[in-house]
Amino acid sequence: MATKREYDVVIIGGGPAGLTAGIYTARARLKSLLLEKGATGGWIINAGVVENYPGFPDGINGLELADAMQQQAVKFGLETLTAEVTGLDLKGKQKVLKTGEGDIVARAVIVAGGSDRITLGVPGEEEFTGRGVAYCAICDGYFYRDIPVAVVGGGNAAMNEALELTKFASKVTVIHRRDELRATKILQERAFAEPKIEFLWNTVVEAIEGEDTVKNLRLKNVKTGEKSTLDISGIFVAAGFRPNTGYLKSVVDLAENGTIITNEKMETNVPGILAAGDIRANSIRQVAAAVGDGAVAAIYAEQHITGK
Amino acid sequence: MSKPTEVNDSNFDQMVLQSKTPVLVDFWAVWCGPCRMVAPVVEELAGEYDGKVTFTKLNVDENPKTSSQYGIMSIPTLLIFKDGAPVSNIIGFRPKAELKKNIDAVL
Repeated sequence: MATKREYDVVIIGGGPAGLTAGIYTARARLKSLLLEKGATGGWIINAGVVENYPGFPDGINGLELADAMQQQAVKFGLETLTAEVTGLDLKGKQKVLKTGEGDIVARAVIVAGGSDRITLGVPGEEEFTGRGVAYCAICDGYFYRDIPVAVVGGGNAAMNEALELTKFASKVTVIHRRDELRATKILQERAFAEPKIEFLWNTVVEAIEGEDTVKNLRLKNVKTGEKSTLDISGIFVAAGFRPNTGYLKSVVDLAENGTIITNEKMETNVPGILAAGDIRANSIRQVAAAVGDGAVAAIYAEQHITGK
Repeated sequence: MSKPTEVNDSNFDQMVLQSKTPVLVDFWAVWCGPCRMVAPVVEELAGEYDGKVTFTKLNVDENPKTSSQYGIMSIPTLLIFKDGAPVSNIIGFRPKAELKKNIDAVL
């Protein structure tokens, strides 16, 4: 069992929001620790090329951007630890973080743990995960060369997945429950212009079927109620995100969808607990916004600690 | 701390299938973000299970034969081999505690 460790600021989550907060708190000479359950970088390491973060006119690979942010934060003295946070207790003014690597005590906590993909929750999805059901086109597109695949969803993530998959698959069918996309216009334009992509509107997946691997999808048109079957061996799910706030339910105020409610200083209802990035209510889920949130949270975490 | 050893199509039989101790194989590729999330956790486990389990990694890009033989369609995938056959299959990023549970179950 690791010994008890004490920090001024503990940052939960190593994506752009957390790393930016770390740059600021480390430069403020606060003893700062960043906890990340996997590799630093957050969601952008799944994103391929990031095109809308200022300063990179030709776009930048998500992995490279994440690495650069981490190096910058560590250079100024941010400590990092690979550990998953399972609980957060309040002891007077102190915050005690329960982690797989023991308890860690902090004067201020910045929650920047982001979100994970939601699953469809339909029969066959869990059973066939990794055998035809996938959640990351950058990772798994390679295994679906020259065959048709489906993408579920209509947001930015779904369009990015569909466009990425056109590099590998012979055809990409986007299945979306509405009759229009939520994705950014430039991504919509690219998807509509791509001859390999076709759309099934007003359609939901009711079941995923197969034997060893996926063979077909059971679909339903939500407007007409008509049911159909689509023969396909790959389905990429990009239907939305769920914030990683399970351990915070009884600690800070959460919105109905589980995201953390903050004020314009990124403060939650508990003094000394702040939130930044995609985990925050009404986040626009963009790197540029996460970076801004991280800076704001760091400044007001410092103010909480110093009282100035 | 012992680091995972690289294995490939040509030495897979000798290094993994013929091994006397259980072998964990991390199927990965350079273009896979979540693989980079799994890698540091696997490295830590390699230290903790030193002598009990052999930790290896296989680049799916360079070794398509082994990848398709074991039906790898998603990475990262961790397969644990015992006596020449896969006995545990972990797909995608999972927390360290869950990986330990999977490893302990086959020991």
